[in-house]
Amino acid sequence: MSVLVYTESDSGKFKKSAFEAASYAKEVAAMLGVAVTAVSINGGDSSELGTYGVDKVLEVKNDDLTNFNAKAYADILKQAAQKEGAKVVVVSSTADSKFLAPLLAVHLDAGYASNVVALPESASPFVVKRTAFTNKAFSMTEMSTDVKVIGLSNNAFGLKENSGDAAAEVFEPVLSQDDFSTQITAVDRASDKVSIADAEIVVSGGRGLKGPEHWGMIEELADVLGAATACSKPVSDMGWRPHGEHVGQTGKPVASNLYIAIGVSGAIQHLAGINASKVKVVINNDPEAPFFKAADYGIVGDAFDVVPKLIEKLKEFKSNNA
Amino acid sequence: MKILVCISHVPDTTSKINFTDGDTKFDTNGVQFVINPNDEFGLTRAMWFKEKQGASVDVVNVGGPETEPTLRKALAIGADSAIRVNTEATDGFYVAKQLAHVIQDGGYDLVIAGRESIDYNGGMVPGMIAGLTGANFVNTCIGLEVDGDLATAVREIDGGKETSTAKLPLIVGGQKGLVEESDLRIPNMRGIMMARKKPLTVVEPIDAGQETKSVKFQKPEPKGAVTLVDAENVDQLVSLLHNEAKVI
Repeated sequence: MSVLVYTESDSGKFKKSAFEAASYAKEVAAMLGVAVTAVSINGGDSSELGTYGVDKVLEVKNDDLTNFNAKAYADILKQAAQKEGAKVVVVSSTADSKFLAPLLAVHLDAGYASNVVALPESASPFVVKRTAFTNKAFSMTEMSTDVKVIGLSNNAFGLKENSGDAAAEVFEPVLSQDDFSTQITAVDRASDKVSIADAEIVVSGGRGLKGPEHWGMIEELADVLGAATACSKPVSDMGWRPHGEHVGQTGKPVASNLYIAIGVSGAIQHLAGINASKVKVVINNDPEAPFFKAADYGIVGDAFDVVPKLIEKLKEFKSNNA
Repeated sequence: MKILVCISHVPDTTSKINFTDGDTKFDTNGVQFVINPNDEFGLTRAMWFKEKQGASVDVVNVGGPETEPTLRKALAIGADSAIRVNTEATDGFYVAKQLAHVIQDGGYDLVIAGRESIDYNGGMVPGMIAGLTGANFVNTCIGLEVDGDLATAVREIDGGKETSTAKLPLIVGGQKGLVEESDLRIPNMRGIMMARKKPLTVVEPIDAGQETKSVKFQKPEPKGAVTLVDAENVDQLVSLLHNEAKVI
């Protein structure tokens, strides 16, 4: 028996969310008194997973799996879960993990809880806390199936160091032709930028910035902080920024440690999408902007005046704390 | 091409979220229900296939009689007929099993369901339908074309997008991008009148277990007031973020 965790990689390196999922899996395994097995598909250096408490790593190396493929990856995880007799499978909340998790749950006849934000409240009955109503509430969810699939919300648990052997083992699952019934024809990804899903800090701009030509300072601020850039819905609707940057209820969800909103008024749909972020900062010249009610820190002022100053101060801070 | 659009009946975004019965049930008192926004993008894309490629479009919901106005709205937007599976939508897996049955029964080529509902945010129904029916599946879909029995879909990935092709039948987890917000349709009077005459079939659920259950709801702790920093004193914000919030 073990807790199985899918540790996702990107270009041969583990994602931060993989370490977070491993950290979480380790503590669930401790609750249940079992070990942690990770599954790594064309992944990074398995020994890195030991730092987060992984005891064993099933390594899959296969050139047919260079591109993510939900069907095939779910099939691999199913076979791994069965081989290990796993009763709990942990995945992260990346686009790919959210894609494969429901398929995996069906394969394992498992209950699936997504957006889980804490360790199980109890192991028997097995109850997890997840966000619901677009971050306006939490649902304590009881999972009654023998096998459970847990989707851990990004940045909800953090990284916890632990020691594990991370003993690598070659794993060769049996894949069928049907696993490859979807062909990837193109992947278009900005590899030099932090993605919103991976980011610990997100810097977001709204209509208050008056036009796409003013995004230079947003990008510079994001650069200084190692943050991802995002925008409000009107900004993407007007074509100032790409749709992929739109965050909010109908855009991408954000669960960063720090969310900085600049010139964003804070419509309820926007707040719903970003409310899972831990610390929120608003910079807006309108003191009545609804965002001030949702934020932890705020500056009432002109973004064109405040943001360059903030960049300068952060650069000083970074060089003093380097 | 036979298209089925799965419609979730959800509280409007601006609704106050409250719970009753010792925080075990969502309080629907005074709440306006709407078509789940992620489903609405899918429905509008389906209307495009109907108008441009002669597809037929059915809509389905798993829920009690109180969800029928939401289905009628989908009919008013232009769907041909509606199906309601007469049971309480208790959890995502249960709903997916009901829908998989409807899909297999109806022989649909393309099924579009929102990537998640804005109430329970399970994000599992489209994927589970695909797992249960064995159909191809693309999640977080932001672009969809169908030519004969081959679909080309664009999916949002972390930091970009990915294009793939797959044979029908296909299950799509839809969202904004399938169509733009400005393409969404508001039912007109003629649509509303016609919707009254369109078939809405009620079917009974199949036997299926319930895998997960919300046993209690909690509301987030009330947030404290914002700490305001003077625009002339940006230093203080940096220091608060470092020393107090500990996020930089």
